[in-house]
Amino acid sequence: MFELDKLVQAIGRLIESAVTALGLGPTWVTIIQLAIATVVVVAFASLLVLFFVWWERKISARIQLRLGPMRVGWHGILQTIADAVKLLQKEDITPAAVDRGVYFWAPIVVFVAALAVYVTVPFGRGLIVSDLNIGVLYILAITTFTVIGLLMAGWSSNNKYSLLGGFRSAAQVVSYEVPMALAVLGVVMFAQSLSTVTIVAHQEKFYQWYVWRQPIGFLIFFVAATAECNRTPFDLPEADSEIVAGYSTEYSGMKFAMFFLAEFLSMFGASSVATILFFGGWHGPFLPSWIWFLIKTLVGVFILMWLRWTYPRLRVDQLMGFAWKFLLPLGFLNLIVTGFILLLVK
Amino acid sequence: MVSQFAAVAIFLVIGVGFVLFTFLLSKLIRPSAPNPVKLSTYECGESPVGSGWIQFNVRFYIFCLIFVIFDVEVVFLFPWAMVFQSLGMFAFVEMLVFIAILMFGLFYAWRKGLLRWY
Repeated sequence: MFELDKLVQAIGRLIESAVTALGLGPTWVTIIQLAIATVVVVAFASLLVLFFVWWERKISARIQLRLGPMRVGWHGILQTIADAVKLLQKEDITPAAVDRGVYFWAPIVVFVAALAVYVTVPFGRGLIVSDLNIGVLYILAITTFTVIGLLMAGWSSNNKYSLLGGFRSAAQVVSYEVPMALAVLGVVMFAQSLSTVTIVAHQEKFYQWYVWRQPIGFLIFFVAATAECNRTPFDLPEADSEIVAGYSTEYSGMKFAMFFLAEFLSMFGASSVATILFFGGWHGPFLPSWIWFLIKTLVGVFILMWLRWTYPRLRVDQLMGFAWKFLLPLGFLNLIVTGFILLLVK
Repeated sequence: MVSQFAAVAIFLVIGVGFVLFTFLLSKLIRPSAPNPVKLSTYECGESPVGSGWIQFNVRFYIFCLIFVIFDVEVVFLFPWAMVFQSLGMFAFVEMLVFIAILMFGLFYAWRKGLLRWY
């Protein structure tokens, strides 16, 4: 009941008939269907990000024994919209010494790289924009584009703090890419496919979830994903007391908002990928598939936010040492042991 | 299969369009009153000393280089992991040798102090 896949298919047929009635060919039908699906996913992701900003402020407040936003709407739920409207009106101070072209495109690159993960995320049964046959490899590749955006932001700002912040952030994201890929590889060895829909299809029952078969893989993935999103305990690039605001020091107004929103988008993206790979995606009893997916992903995001206000920040050398000297060998060990056990079982 | 990646292209275009639309909206609404102090580079309230494009430590370059090596290794591991269950012990041992060679490289870098940040 309340499954959305029939509705989505019906809308797809409606679009097809409407476009064909206008006299356009089948390629146009596909393009318009994909465009509408994209707009829906982008709108949904943006609304969810607005919710997350409020949720983060409430969670951080409660953990710190205070209330958080309470005045704007019920328990401050409209606070983010008020903040967004405020940010829209802020003057966009572009310092005179910046490299204009690169400075303009950096927040766009970071935002779109974080957003592009959602092409292959199955939000429920039959609810996916495009089931790429290289699903998880595509996700890993597109998240690496944020590094380019960070470097662009740090370099173009013509500011020592931005440059160092951008480099540190790039070094951090890049160091945690490889353990994340190794953790994903463990799951791929079980599922024998890179497609997200296939990986979810293999995890129908509770006992079939890959988290039980790849517990270390899940831990590696979760830690690496936290570092990829620049979240505490790995948020040195944003550490206010260290290097001001790192790569986003010289940004104001909507450009700054784009960096901020990209962080929440990548948090949701990382949690979605963890749900798909390890927790059975949208499978679950009684409730509709998309509700299960949302529940599992929101639990992941909650844990990410909870971690932020629980642990102190890691120092940069601890951060890098942890990735290269612990997570990477552990990832390879996980891969070898998984392969060995799979061979014995077959 | 082309239509699968057409989805990615459309997604990227609409994503960029969304951000540009927000920037445009902001540009229509926001004020613009630049003055020299506002337009100067931020250095915690002081006047900036020297150029913003400082020399950076070579360790950033070293880490990125090591990342490239291990990323290429991971790219080779992907097709092997995909068809792993239909191959036998031979493929597993072969990949084990490959990983062992690269682990030796990591160990060498570790001992040489290339993985030290400080």
